[in-house]
Amino acid sequence: MSVPILKHGDYLIASIQTALSDQEVLGLRDDLAERVGRTRARGIVVDVTALDVIDSFAARALGAIAATAKLRGAKTVLVGIQPDVAMAMVQFQLDLAPLKTALDLEEGLAVLQGSGGEAGGDGR
Amino acid sequence: MDDEERIEIGTDADIVEARATGRALAVRLGFSRTDATLIATAISEITRNMLVHAGRGTVELRGVYERDRHGIVVVASDDGPGIRDVELAMQDGWGAPGSLGLGLPGSRRLMDELEVETTVGAGTTVTMTKWRSRDTPERLRDQRGQQEHEKERAWR
Amino acid sequence: MSHDTPSLPTSALRPPAADAELLPKLVAYLRQMRTDLREEWARRITGEQLLRVMTEEEIFSEVTAVYDNYVDALETGSVETLQAYARDLSERIIRRGVETHEVLGIVVLLRDVLARSLFLRYQEDPELLERVLNSYEPAANRIAVTVGVSFVEERERVIREQQAAIRELSTPVLQVRDQLVILPIIGAIDSRRARQLTEHLLNAIQANRARVVVIDITGVASIDMTVANHLVQTVTAARLMGASAIITGLSSEIAQTLVDLGVDLTMMQTVGDLQGGLEEAERLLGYKVMRDDAPSVTATA
Repeated sequence: MSVPILKHGDYLIASIQTALSDQEVLGLRDDLAERVGRTRARGIVVDVTALDVIDSFAARALGAIAATAKLRGAKTVLVGIQPDVAMAMVQFQLDLAPLKTALDLEEGLAVLQGSGGEAGGDGR
Repeated sequence: MDDEERIEIGTDADIVEARATGRALAVRLGFSRTDATLIATAISEITRNMLVHAGRGTVELRGVYERDRHGIVVVASDDGPGIRDVELAMQDGWGAPGSLGLGLPGSRRLMDELEVETTVGAGTTVTMTKWRSRDTPERLRDQRGQQEHEKERAWR
Repeated sequence: MSHDTPSLPTSALRPPAADAELLPKLVAYLRQMRTDLREEWARRITGEQLLRVMTEEEIFSEVTAVYDNYVDALETGSVETLQAYARDLSERIIRRGVETHEVLGIVVLLRDVLARSLFLRYQEDPELLERVLNSYEPAANRIAVTVGVSFVEERERVIREQQAAIRELSTPVLQVRDQLVILPIIGAIDSRRARQLTEHLLNAIQANRARVVVIDITGVASIDMTVANHLVQTVTAARLMGASAIITGLSSEIAQTLVDLGVDLTMMQTVGDLQGGLEEAERLLGYKVMRDDAPSVTATA
């Protein structure tokens, strides 16, 4: 398993450490799907701080992670998108909606716990 | 300092190499961090297209040095099936069902120039370029270096 | 009289064929007279009170470089090296306050100094003198124009860059309180500035851990489609970093423009004035007050 997935109470935290190849991205998607099912986690935080590029493939995979999690009753929050990556995504017109996003791990967990003012979702 | 690179694309790990090499070259050419990310993202899209539709190909990266601007040129070429309808490919809708999803319009938004040459059954070449202007202090430094050189040659 | 005859490519500076042999002789003569003529030129520059911002040593140093480049240009017929030098010189002296009339003045003085020297040299033979001047004049004039134009172009470029720098400095991102930043935008925005502002804002979101950004456009008179799109992009990018954006200070004109342009206003939250926007921001952030402290992360098998 190339991306470490940690359990934190009712939540899973997937912390991406390096640039991922397409296969590794798909591997993460499958790993998370399996873990959510097995652990009955209520939420996932995917930390993409280390990703220097988020392209259409990665965006689709992240969307798939959230969709699968949702089927199993879990919310997903994406954290750690860097300023230059965010710029590239909007210029490319990559839309991650309805994925929720937060600044970092701390904020992401707050969103999952329902007490953070969240961004993403329907855009507000 | 190497400002020409060539990467053979055969696996998805090569996509990572292509964009990392592209980013490094962009930085050497003096592009900002943000622009380097735009360039790396465009390279990622185009390279994946090539891998998915043609199975393999090459990506060439080259620095261009003009007096008032520097640029990076990315040429991705393959011997794949070609693109039947380039205009359609240049329209948005990468994620929508039924769309070609080639990421070409997005890449064009990230870069300054993007051209597609394709022949059905023979292959495709995508050439894209991004420029950055050079400011006065930078050009001054260059002129200095060149002037010293010229002075040595001027008198015979 | 010296007889250098290097072989040279032809060019637009070349006079008619018969006089083409003359130019190398003139060039050789001008090189021979180099010391005297440079000094005379420098004297005349100071005498006419040009380049006053420069010291005598500096003037002499530049005079030497220009003289040599000038004579080279006469010889080779190519102004490229001279152009490059002129731009370099311009970049240096523009920032010191040297003005256009001074630059044109010194170039014209050099042309005169050299012309008079040629006159003195060949005045015994009027026919030869005429051929000499026919050879010299077109080339000298072209050089004067080249240097003048290079200077003016450089000056315009420097002014543009300075204006851009001022624009960049004039929009800070303010952190007002914990997790809230304000970006007040004032004046005209073009595409390039809009991109800079967005970068600025996104970096500020990260540095200040902002969850709400208030973008105040009270100071913006009007926007076009390009800028409106940049605004939408900025809001989207902020959202990707976990921050909600509130646009404040929308005039009714701008609001109408956005509607006319088909911008999806549901994509962004707008409030009439900055005060209202700040209140809304505080309301959004108010959720934080009820939060637990951030828990620590533990690894599991």
